[in-house]
Parts: sequence; structure tokens; C-alpha cells
Amino acid sequence: MAKTNTEDYLRMYAQMVRIRTFEDTANQLYLSAKMPGLTHMYSGEEAVAVGICEALTTSDRITSTHRGHGHCVAKGAAFKEMFCELLGKEEGYCRGKGGSMHIADQSNGNLGANAIVGGSMGIATGSAFTAKMLGRDDVTVCFFGDGATAQGLMYEVMNMAALWQLPVIYACENNGYSEYTATAEIAAGSITARAEAFGIEAHQVDGQDVLAVNTLAQDLVARARKGEGPFFIELMTYRYHGHHVGDINREYYRSKDEERDWKDNRDPIVKFRGWLVDQGVATEAEIEAMNAQIKQDAAEAVDYALNARYPAESEVDMHVYADIEHALAPHTA
Amino acid sequence: MREITLSQAVNEALAEEMRRDDTIFIIGEDVAEAGTPFKVLSGLVEEFGTGRVVDTPIAEPGFMGLAVGAAMTGTRPVVDLMFGDFIYLIMDQLCNQAAKTHYMSGGKMRAPLVVRTNLGATRRSAAQHSQSLHALVAHIPGLKVALPSSAYEAKGLMKTAIRDNNPVVIFEDKLMYNDKAPVPEEEFLIPFGVANIKRAGTDITLIGTSSMVQVCEKAAEILSREGIEAEVIDPRTIVPLDEDTLLASAKKTSRVIVVDEGHQSYGITGEIASRLNEKAFYHLDAPVMRMGAMDVPVPFSPALEDLTVPTPEAVAEGARKLMSGELIHAA
Repeated sequence: MAKTNTEDYLRMYAQMVRIRTFEDTANQLYLSAKMPGLTHMYSGEEAVAVGICEALTTSDRITSTHRGHGHCVAKGAAFKEMFCELLGKEEGYCRGKGGSMHIADQSNGNLGANAIVGGSMGIATGSAFTAKMLGRDDVTVCFFGDGATAQGLMYEVMNMAALWQLPVIYACENNGYSEYTATAEIAAGSITARAEAFGIEAHQVDGQDVLAVNTLAQDLVARARKGEGPFFIELMTYRYHGHHVGDINREYYRSKDEERDWKDNRDPIVKFRGWLVDQGVATEAEIEAMNAQIKQDAAEAVDYALNARYPAESEVDMHVYADIEHALAPHTA
Repeated sequence: MREITLSQAVNEALAEEMRRDDTIFIIGEDVAEAGTPFKVLSGLVEEFGTGRVVDTPIAEPGFMGLAVGAAMTGTRPVVDLMFGDFIYLIMDQLCNQAAKTHYMSGGKMRAPLVVRTNLGATRRSAAQHSQSLHALVAHIPGLKVALPSSAYEAKGLMKTAIRDNNPVVIFEDKLMYNDKAPVPEEEFLIPFGVANIKRAGTDITLIGTSSMVQVCEKAAEILSREGIEAEVIDPRTIVPLDEDTLLASAKKTSRVIVVDEGHQSYGITGEIASRLNEKAFYHLDAPVMRMGAMDVPVPFSPALEDLTVPTPEAVAEGARKLMSGELIHAA
């Protein structure tokens, strides 16, 4: 097996574990009342974010969802700034002004999580428009959930993206639930057919198989770069937690058996780990060492973030407007 | 100085800025060959091509959202929203996305875009094509709002809007597209947040926005014949608002009427009046009076529509009442 492939595989594995570890840690922070606000867990969907983002360069862009930690990690963000953001600290990626639902990381091309379901579809399409207009070769991936396919904005911008052949990939993470309602109850017909209606090439892929996702993403990203976009991918996946961290008693909309089945039989990390060992890419001991290191990194980052400073009070009216330091500065009269 | 129409002034501003900066593009419905229903953009596609004067499907949230993403990644879109009434359609993309990008990212991202749209009734266009919705936009922190009152203002404010690093919404009055005014040939910009004293006066201050500046000027002429000298002020931008100039005038004249074509309730007139009451109360000889559009959907019938918008006669009558000490809500 070529060395470059080995490195790619190990990095993909590590990135998935980093997401899971980040989420487990964030969940603990929330349950122990150390984290303000609310948060939406990505655990179970790691192969989607990693499989796609590993096909992108730093200057390629993504837009994310309110379930956005996974995309942020996968696009290259650091634990320390992420935990600082979740805790509302000054050193967070958004200086504590975005929090879990708005985390962004411009340094890695992450244009931000969005708390309006489907709200970033215009932004992603506009980012692709910029690339085409300015002759850049970057590609934008728009992550959204199956719930967002009910929003009209998606159809408006897919129409334009197809008309103008924009380098954008619409990545629908179909985890089976639109908040607290089964997708089958809100989505008529086929989701991929909706994209195909605009003449957009659409694929459905097993979102629990990081290599399958990555192989497809590599191909589509390369083709989008050459001006063959846009593309649409429906990634079949599952979220282990409820809609948000407080969604504990959820048997009224999905069974524990179903959750157990996905966790026991279709976990993307367990599956990929088994494959890596079978193929001789890594030993169990090497994987355990990797897991332990990531766990330690997360613990250190959380520790740092818990002790980090909040923004100064004077920041409250900063960044309302670009080029105006304090929006509420008193008039001189 | 040569005189040109407001349409030509906007067209010139866009052309000059697009020549200056390759990252500026115009996007909207029927902006290219059609040049918009008001023909404001005529000729631009011939010079800049369809890559920079971009006709879209009829999908306002879609192209507004696209503009936000484009602005966040290095271009400067000018979004052409055919009628101000369509603001309702783009509210999520304008208010939840564009307005908050800079703040939510802790100052690390920005969305420098312009939405150019219009306001104004009395075109017999009925309730869904006649509204003046600038107060809705002005309510949202992160957005700037400009209200040009002449061809000169339209050109200078548009050029400033395009160069601003924030989302700016410009509302042109659609009755004024053919109004001519002196506009210099050489380049000029009008800074935001600097009110224009259109007419100096000592007895009462009339603050007007957009086409209501003309209404206030006509009211001032009527009043002048009666020996009342009104000062007329055009704030030009309501976000940012040049509070200093408005306060100074209120303190000087001690009586103020605020005239705006948005609905009177919960609108711009209430906001300005309230600021003057808070900061110039002891200088005032009468409550600040508000005159906005009637709180009704704009009717179609000319006989009804004309009743809904403040007129010079009504403003003059209001001024007489304030001057005579006849308080509107005297106990």
C-alpha cells in the first residue's frame, strides 16, 4: 500500500475520532452545566464531514449547519479555539459571539454554521459565484440536512447554480430526522430527484463509509474545479443524539432499537478502524495510541477554554459594522 | 452645472464604480438587457457584460442569499430588488445572514453588499408595489440605510454605499427617477451619517426623508409667505443617523416636525422624534410632531391613495399648529 494512501487513511480516521471526541467532550460540558446555550451533536455522521472535507484544500470553502462542529473539525479547525467559542470565550474562533450554532473558521475556509435551517444555501452558492467570477478554482461545499430540503431557498439557488455551472456541491446529510420528525413524513418523493429536476447530477452514497464518501467527493470536487458542476450528494447517515442535547426522551419519534442498531452495526469509526487493521494500515495498538492522544488533546483544550477569559464588556458593540469600532459610541454633541 | 435625472445619476454611479473595481457586479431580475422596469441600468450590460450585470430568475431570496455569499468571499454585489415591497421576501438573507455576518464571526468576516431598491406611493400601483419599508431594515443592527432625495444625492450616496464594507440598503423614490438636478461631472461621494441642511430657518425644523424632503421644502415656501421661516433638513442616511445636526437644529428652532413616507406607527418618525425628546427636551417649545404615511395598506384608487401620504399643505398646517401653541394632544 502506497505511503500517501496510508497517511490519508490515518488522517481520515484521526479526524473522525477527533469529531467524536470533541462531541463527547462538548456533551459532557453541557450536561455538567459548564456550557451556555444549546448544542446539536454530530456523533454518528463523522464519515460525511471527513470524507468530503478531506477532498478539499484549505482555500476551498464550506458552509455548515446548526449541527456544525463536525464540519468545523473536518475542515481543519483547532480544538482550543473551538472549545473557547463554545464557552463564549475571547479566544474562540468568533470571539465568543457565535457559539456552537454559528461557529466559523475563515482561516480554513469554513464560512460558518447557520442556525436557520437551509439558511446557508445562498451563501454557498454565492461563494461559488465568486470563484467563477474572479477566475479562482476553489470549490464550495454546502452542507445541509434532510430537513432543509423543505426550504424554498434551496431550489432557487440550485436553479441558478445549474444555469451558471457554478462550482458548488450540495451535500445533503440525510440522518432520517428533520428535528423531531421522521424525514419520510416531511419529504415527498426522492431527494436526489429534486436536484435532477434542475439537470444537476445527483448521487446517493452510504454516509457511514468514509472511503465511499471520500472517493465520490474527490471525483466531484475535481470535476467541479473544471467547471462541470454543480453536483448534489445525498449522504445516508444517522445522528446518535437527539435533535439537540436536551432531546433525551425521544421514543415518541424513534425507537431505542433503531438507535442501537446504527451504533452497533453501522458506526463509521468502528467500521473504518476494522478495515484499517484488516488491511494492515495500522495495528490495534497504534490506533489505541492515536485515540488516547486525541482524548488528551481534547481534555487539554477544554481545560484551557474553561480557564480562558471572557471577552471584555467593551466588545459588546464591536463588530456590528465593519470599520466602526464601537457601534454605540456616544455622539460628541 | 449640467442637470441629469435620478436614473442617470444612479447609472453613472454604478458605471464609475464598476470601472474602478472589477469585483463589483449587479445582480437581479431584468437588470441586463431590460435595464430594470425603470430603465435605470440601461447600457450597463453593453459595457460590463452579462458576467457582471447578471439577470436572475425571479427568486429574490435566492439571489439575495447568493449575493451574501459572494460578498463574504471577495466580491461586491449590488443587488437590484425591483420593488421595495419585495424586501419581505429577502428578510432572512438580509437580516439573519448579511447583517450578522460581521458580528457573529467576531469581526473576521464581512458582507460588503448594496441592495438598491425603492419606496413610495402615489403611482397608483396598489398595496404590494407602493410601500416604504426602510424602517424595517433600519431596525436591524448591522445594516446601513440610505434615502437619496435627489439625483445628486442618489449618485453620491450610491458610490459611498458601494465602497462601504457593510451591507447597505438604498431606497430610491420611484416617483423621482425622472427628476432632474444639478450633478457635477467630476467625481464626488456623499459620506454616510452627515445630514444636509437644505434650507436654513429659525422658527421651526422640518426633517424630511427621501421624497418628503421636497414636501418639506414646499411646506417651507408656503410658511415663508406667512412669515414663518422653516429649516429643512435631509438626514440622507437613517443608519447611521446624524443626530448632532438634527439636535442642533431642534435646539435652535425649538419646534420640529419629522416627515417620512413609511407608516407612521413604529416608524422612522417615531424614532427621530423620540431621540429629540430625550436629548433636546428642555429646548423644545412643543412636542415633536410626526407625519408618516397612514397606517393602511396603500389603496389603488387615486382618490384614496393621495390621502395616505403627507403633503406640503398638511406639513404647513402642522407647523402652524406647533407655532400657535395648539398642542395636538393637549389634555
